[in-house]
Amino acid sequence: MTDASLSYRPINLGRWVIWGGTALLFLLLPVFFTQGFARTLLAQMGIMIIFALSYNMLLGQSGMLSFGHAVYSGLGAYFAIHTLNLIGAGQLVFPVSLVPLVGGVFGMSFGVLFGYPTTQKSGTPFAMITLGIGELVFACSLMFPGFFGGEGGISGNRTVGGNFLGIKGLNFGRDIHVYYLIAFWCFLSMVAMFAWTHTPLGRIANAVRDNPERVEFIGYNTQRVRWLVLILSSFFAGLAGGLSAINFEIVTAENVSAIRSGGVLLAAFIGGMLFFFGPIVGAVVFSFFAIALSDFTKAWQLYLGAFFVLLVMYAPGGLSSLLLMNLRVMSLGKMKRLRDPYLGVALSGLTLLIGVVLLIELTYHLTLEAGGASTIKVFGFPLATHSVETWAFVVALVLGGAVAFEYARRRFKRAWDAIQVEIEDWARENPERS
Amino acid sequence: MTPELALISALNGISYGLLLFMLASGLTLIFSMMGVLNFAHASFYMLGAYLGYQISKWVGFWPALVLAPIATGLFGAVVERFGLRRVHKWGHVPELLFTFGLSFIIVELVQVIWGRPPVPNELPPGLQGSLFTIYTTTFPISRGFIMLVAVLMMAALWLVLTRTRIGLVIQAALTHPEQVEALGHNVRRVFMLVFGGGSALAGLAGVIGGVVFVTEPSMAAVAGAIIFVVIVVGGMGSLAGAFIASLLIGIIQTFGLALDYSIQSIVGNVGIHVTPDTFGYAVWKLTIAQVAPVLPFLLLVLILIVRPRGLMGTREG
Repeated sequence: MTDASLSYRPINLGRWVIWGGTALLFLLLPVFFTQGFARTLLAQMGIMIIFALSYNMLLGQSGMLSFGHAVYSGLGAYFAIHTLNLIGAGQLVFPVSLVPLVGGVFGMSFGVLFGYPTTQKSGTPFAMITLGIGELVFACSLMFPGFFGGEGGISGNRTVGGNFLGIKGLNFGRDIHVYYLIAFWCFLSMVAMFAWTHTPLGRIANAVRDNPERVEFIGYNTQRVRWLVLILSSFFAGLAGGLSAINFEIVTAENVSAIRSGGVLLAAFIGGMLFFFGPIVGAVVFSFFAIALSDFTKAWQLYLGAFFVLLVMYAPGGLSSLLLMNLRVMSLGKMKRLRDPYLGVALSGLTLLIGVVLLIELTYHLTLEAGGASTIKVFGFPLATHSVETWAFVVALVLGGAVAFEYARRRFKRAWDAIQVEIEDWARENPERS
Repeated sequence: MTPELALISALNGISYGLLLFMLASGLTLIFSMMGVLNFAHASFYMLGAYLGYQISKWVGFWPALVLAPIATGLFGAVVERFGLRRVHKWGHVPELLFTFGLSFIIVELVQVIWGRPPVPNELPPGLQGSLFTIYTTTFPISRGFIMLVAVLMMAALWLVLTRTRIGLVIQAALTHPEQVEALGHNVRRVFMLVFGGGSALAGLAGVIGGVVFVTEPSMAAVAGAIIFVVIVVGGMGSLAGAFIASLLIGIIQTFGLALDYSIQSIVGNVGIHVTPDTFGYAVWKLTIAQVAPVLPFLLLVLILIVRPRGLMGTREG
């Protein structure tokens, strides 16, 4: 096989297996996770997957770093909840299962409107303009309480549409109904956004990301390309917003806020923007941080931020690129050389992590509940917050962990770099297999 | 609008604008030198306010006015040396993302140490009271102090940039970093210096802004959005543009808050009566004071449509 591009494969079996497996997974997940909490988590992960993938259409596929993507999902959510309320008031006949589409269409309309001035620029100015638009919409949300509901937001009721397709009891009242609604739209959006990456627009968007000047020279208007991508992306963002309106039955100004915009950026980047599946991984991890971890500690955003910064510094390709690099090492049979370095990094890293977490939790406890209980439970162990022994132990843990980790990290880096060099040599010798 | 209100609004607007410029000048310098939009710049402002509060508690406000900016600047230099420099090789977007993540961490750390509610950061006795009285309204000393510090800072910045050796190296490194390096200057250290210096300026603004306004964790988010508007409107990388835009936005916001007119009342004067039944009543009845928080962002969009490179910008981005 000398030229892979000439091979003709009418059916891409691997792709069918992956998508079929994903669909099956979506179908079966609630069977394994039966508790209410797990299902809530799953539902929010589904919404976040759509949102993060739509964000990656901008950042990963077209090189547009947006700080205001929540504008489209949030406005989509507002229109969806108003639609629900109109259905409830009997002024509109519309199936609830299609309400997310309403969110999508309105998100898209705002994409047309705001996209025009924002996509005039690319790079850093684009990032700042999106930030400005985000702040504009957020400030407006407090100015027009009629539409945005002021501080309390707008609430709705997702069961107003009656039974889905006339099936008795299937009125989206239960969590499981909403889960399957979200799973359905999530799967459809995933397929659509993946297909989009193979369209001419998706391809030229990649070119605009990599070399806008050259794209101009072959006769494309890069600004138009960015605008079109933003419009499509805001459709899916609006869809995610519509689903969140149905899921939570309330939409507040927080949905259009900079916090939400920052969140989707974190999710997409943590997963990795270089691969299509990256933001899916990122959405799952982010939702876990935001929902599961926030139950345990008030400092979850600190952990999330630190995790994000570490990724930016050491693995700018995100978790997905880490995964693929390790798979590659494994497939070439070099993993056993990394076993000991990995073990060292993991053990010392764990020590350091436990130390830092204890330090943060202790300090936070002292700050927030100064007059409260003098013991806290971390990882299930009670700790006296005012005793010198505790603090000495924690500080020793942090310092010892840091020294050990730095040593292990250097050792790991040597082994890892050597293997990467070998892989590059191997790839040069066997270009058809890499 | 009475002349009294106009005059006091103008003074308040200028002092607020000058505070904005203290923030925006550091950001602009860092941006034009390193091409990095420092998302955490407003977090350094907040950090400066908290450090100022803490140091004031130990040794008093006046030493804190010097020590807190130095501490903030050192922190900024460390961030550049051990964080940003490492990310530099990946390109501008990861650099921006790094500072974005950093802003999260700083806000959270501040909450871990000082808690979530505002801290009681009070004006020192020397800055309480009024400076002078216009008609019946008093103008507080603290506002005058902001203006004084900002003007002194501007003068110092201008002198350093144009009249000292290091200033000339910085100016040269803005446009021709490779040549400056070839001439034997350590451009990386200059980067660190500029980043630390910019952070120190933000810290200085924070110490003053903290005592005049409120010291709370959300002050970073509030100031952050506004100073980005300032440097886009002024033109990315232009100090003069940042100055004009800071004053413009300071004055617009202050005047906006003082004006209690709505479109309804204005068109009412020329004989058009808007009632609650009129289409779009929610828009008609808004007063300018209600719209004031949005005005900077409207200005941003307007500038981008009319003059995309900003007021004084030279580069088309």
